[in-house]
Amino acid sequence: MKSLRRFLTRLLNLATGRKLGERLREEIEEHIALQTAENLRAGLSPVEARRQAMLKFGGVEAMKEDYRAEGGLLFIENLLRDVRFALRMLRKSPGFTAVAIVTLAFAIGANAVVFSVLNALILHPLHVPQSESLYGIQHGNEASSYQSYPDYLDLRDRNRSFDDLAAYDAAQAGLNTGENTARVWIVLASGNYFDVLRLQPFLGRFFHPSDEHGPNSAPYIVLSHDYWHTHFQDDRGVVGRVVQLNKHPYTIIGVAPPRFNGTLVFFNPGFFVPLVNQEQVEGVNDLNARGKRWIFMTMGHLKPGVTPAQAVADLNSIGSYLEKTYPKDDGQRNFTLARPSLYGDYLGQPVRAFMTGLMLLASLILLAACANLGSLFAARAADRSREVALRLALGASRGRILRQLFTEALLLSFTGGALGIWGSVALLRSLSAWQPFSRWPIQLPVNPDAYVYGVALLLTLASGLLFGAVPVRQVLHTDPYEIIKSGLIPRVGSRFNIRDLALVVQIAICAVLVTSSMVAVRGLLRSLHSNFGFQPRNALLADTDLSMSGYRGDSVPQMQRRMIDAVASIPGVKSVGLIDWAPLVSGSERGAHVFSDASTDLRPSNAAADAFTFRTSPEYFNAAGTALLSGRTFTWHDDKNAPPVAVINQEFARKVFGSPTGAAGRYFKQFDGTRIQVVGVVEDGKYDRVTEDQRPAMFLPILQSPSTQTYLAVRSDREPGQLAAAIRITVRGLDAGLPLYIGPWDKEMDTALFASRMAAMALGVMGVVGAMLSVTGIFGMAAYSVSKRLKELGIRMALGAQRTEVLQAALAPAFKLLAVGSAAGLLLGILASRVLAFIVYSATPSDPLVLAGVVLAMSSLGLLATWIPAQRALSFDPARLLRDE
Amino acid sequence: MKQKTDVLQGTLALMVLKTLDVLGPLHGYGVARRIEQISGDLLALNQGTLYPVLLKLEQEGAIASEWGASENNRRARFYRLTRDGRKQLQVETKDWEQTAAIIGRFFEAKAEDLS
Repeated sequence: MKSLRRFLTRLLNLATGRKLGERLREEIEEHIALQTAENLRAGLSPVEARRQAMLKFGGVEAMKEDYRAEGGLLFIENLLRDVRFALRMLRKSPGFTAVAIVTLAFAIGANAVVFSVLNALILHPLHVPQSESLYGIQHGNEASSYQSYPDYLDLRDRNRSFDDLAAYDAAQAGLNTGENTARVWIVLASGNYFDVLRLQPFLGRFFHPSDEHGPNSAPYIVLSHDYWHTHFQDDRGVVGRVVQLNKHPYTIIGVAPPRFNGTLVFFNPGFFVPLVNQEQVEGVNDLNARGKRWIFMTMGHLKPGVTPAQAVADLNSIGSYLEKTYPKDDGQRNFTLARPSLYGDYLGQPVRAFMTGLMLLASLILLAACANLGSLFAARAADRSREVALRLALGASRGRILRQLFTEALLLSFTGGALGIWGSVALLRSLSAWQPFSRWPIQLPVNPDAYVYGVALLLTLASGLLFGAVPVRQVLHTDPYEIIKSGLIPRVGSRFNIRDLALVVQIAICAVLVTSSMVAVRGLLRSLHSNFGFQPRNALLADTDLSMSGYRGDSVPQMQRRMIDAVASIPGVKSVGLIDWAPLVSGSERGAHVFSDASTDLRPSNAAADAFTFRTSPEYFNAAGTALLSGRTFTWHDDKNAPPVAVINQEFARKVFGSPTGAAGRYFKQFDGTRIQVVGVVEDGKYDRVTEDQRPAMFLPILQSPSTQTYLAVRSDREPGQLAAAIRITVRGLDAGLPLYIGPWDKEMDTALFASRMAAMALGVMGVVGAMLSVTGIFGMAAYSVSKRLKELGIRMALGAQRTEVLQAALAPAFKLLAVGSAAGLLLGILASRVLAFIVYSATPSDPLVLAGVVLAMSSLGLLATWIPAQRALSFDPARLLRDE
Repeated sequence: MKQKTDVLQGTLALMVLKTLDVLGPLHGYGVARRIEQISGDLLALNQGTLYPVLLKLEQEGAIASEWGASENNRRARFYRLTRDGRKQLQVETKDWEQTAAIIGRFFEAKAEDLS
């Protein structure tokens, strides 16, 4: 109690700035006056009386110190005094202060941004309860998770490891709430989806397994909170409203909780519809097709106490049951578990690898920044050794001096950290709001949360302590007597000290960054000019899904043909082709198994190839600019009455027939046993990702294999905006209610290039930051070494040394460090670039241009950083210098 | 020559309290004089050390202070015991006597008493 009261009184004293000192001074004066009067009465002379009184009173200064310690909070007072002193010192060298703060702001800001993205994508991706036990099921032999509906039901009902299993697929649907039909990305979800995820509705209710009674039995919509907010203006009366979904009446029954946007982290669907209504949404009913794997993902919570390994064993036993029971549809099945948030390992693995790499780079940058500031600090401490020595000689404890230095370091780090965090928050906010593709509901929800702030603060504190600690040894070993007597003694002897090592490490890190950003940028440039197997330039894509406007069966190809003919008659249009999935734009349906003509046993393990399947109109290859190598393309006579035909790419021919030559005219079998004749071979291309390995692909005529999904590739030299308007009017004329999306093909490919663009951008930024750090580091080192050796250089010049020799002497150490560091960094950068190869197309570091670029960049950085110190070394007057010292 | 005794802080505080209890409100010099008179030359007391103790006691609430006029009619700070201080003095006096008694008994004890 007593000590608390004392503490509070002292705090009050401190806060109100109450001047106890004034009162004490007065009391002392009075005390001594009284004692002097007493002594006078005892018969001493006035002078002696006062002297005796003072003696009796004792040491005033020591007592004042005690008194102050008693009266205030010494720790805080000292801290404030240190801060004030530090501010004064920093103001005295504004260059140093600015460099330090900017360096730290960049380094800490970069870490905050990278950590925030890591946090949002990998550490805390989903806003569902108990997400740590939520797993998605993927195939063991490939990083994909597609299942057929019957297989999903078997997995759900036969496993003993999961509480329950939910399934979902992403789809597009046309939603009509009154006037226009809007295309919306949605999630087709199994009835138990929300129960499995343990969510509660924000409004209304969710759908449940009890709502499912066979195909198209559950016409319900659960809106996502975002979609409800943006498209229904938070209208609470929306529950119970009936809307048109692909021209079928659906009831809105509820709204999902805020922040829940499905389980795929960057994909924000508008609403959720029961999976059993697939036919109304996608135009086909695959609920009974065991061989057709179209469901994007199955997932569930592991039962308490079940390990992932046990669950995998359990699933695999179901897999072998399926293989035995349905040999025609299910080949060898084995499973693994993966996090559902990044599409299992398909995206998860590269994203995790890349983000881990980036985080590593970011922390290396911070480390480099600390090394950099540490050496600057040490240099400053050396310059201040006279001041330190003086303070030591006057009785300051070494602890007190160190505290002063740390105060300065922490002051810098907190200013820089605050600046960096502020900048990164701004950047992250805009990144979160950014929708990179108009066509896809893709967003990166990377807003910083408490974790991010916590980590950033911790990093700030740690870096302050780290670079503040560099000069500690120096201060502890200061011998005040020697320094004051003889001035600063340049340390001779140890030729390679810790400061040099720090600089080498830093230059190496910078070289790694420069190397990887160059590799990434080179790869990106190359991928923009590589051969995709079609010509995206000067072509528009107009796409729609006919099922959204209620087209079924034979009316689909009829309408498609009318659209092609109508668009082809627009002036300036050279050719128009139709394809169900545009390569590198929409992704494609997963591969289909194909078999050689001789196979009779059509189980998946016997398949000759797993080929991308596209459905095209006759003119497509012409419109897309895909070269026909042999045979013919389709005609409108390849219809249901004609024998089934296909056009294949070279890789398909290589896989199934051994070689592309002579493939035309031969036969292969589809998974259902249909014999298909190859009529033509076209060039290879990229279909799903620019970085994919060459994959086999086949093209089927739309009249034989219809699809409601419609992409019109329109080749023309006309200005895209005008042409798009013309196409829109033309298609409106055929069906006013058809939702249509039009854009240039090369722009639409942004999705496919997005990852490499982001990677190149991130690495580019890191590279620039790293380069900046190196420049300040080398500059600091060179400037310091020049200033330390000014005297020596002056003597050399006075004795007749050439300027070049002097320069060499002054700057050789800096350049030696630069060379060692760059070489090490280049080597490391080449190793690190292997990780990049997955994300950035043809990212290869063994590219002479990259190597030359790195060497050039590093040496010009070195030149830049040593320019000012070199100028300084050359411009001084030896006579003046020798006189000064 | 007999060595002068150092004064423990706590002891000095107790002396201050007792002095103010007996003599009523006093300024710093008065307290110092009084302690000196009672202890004779045995205490090595720098009079200055009294002031931090006074401040500490004041902040604990055992004494209060205000400005007043000294005997030569100058402004001086007068200290007086508060009710809390009186209570504290009683408690500490009892403690002190107890401690002194225990120590005293130790010194009086002979070898045979301990066996």
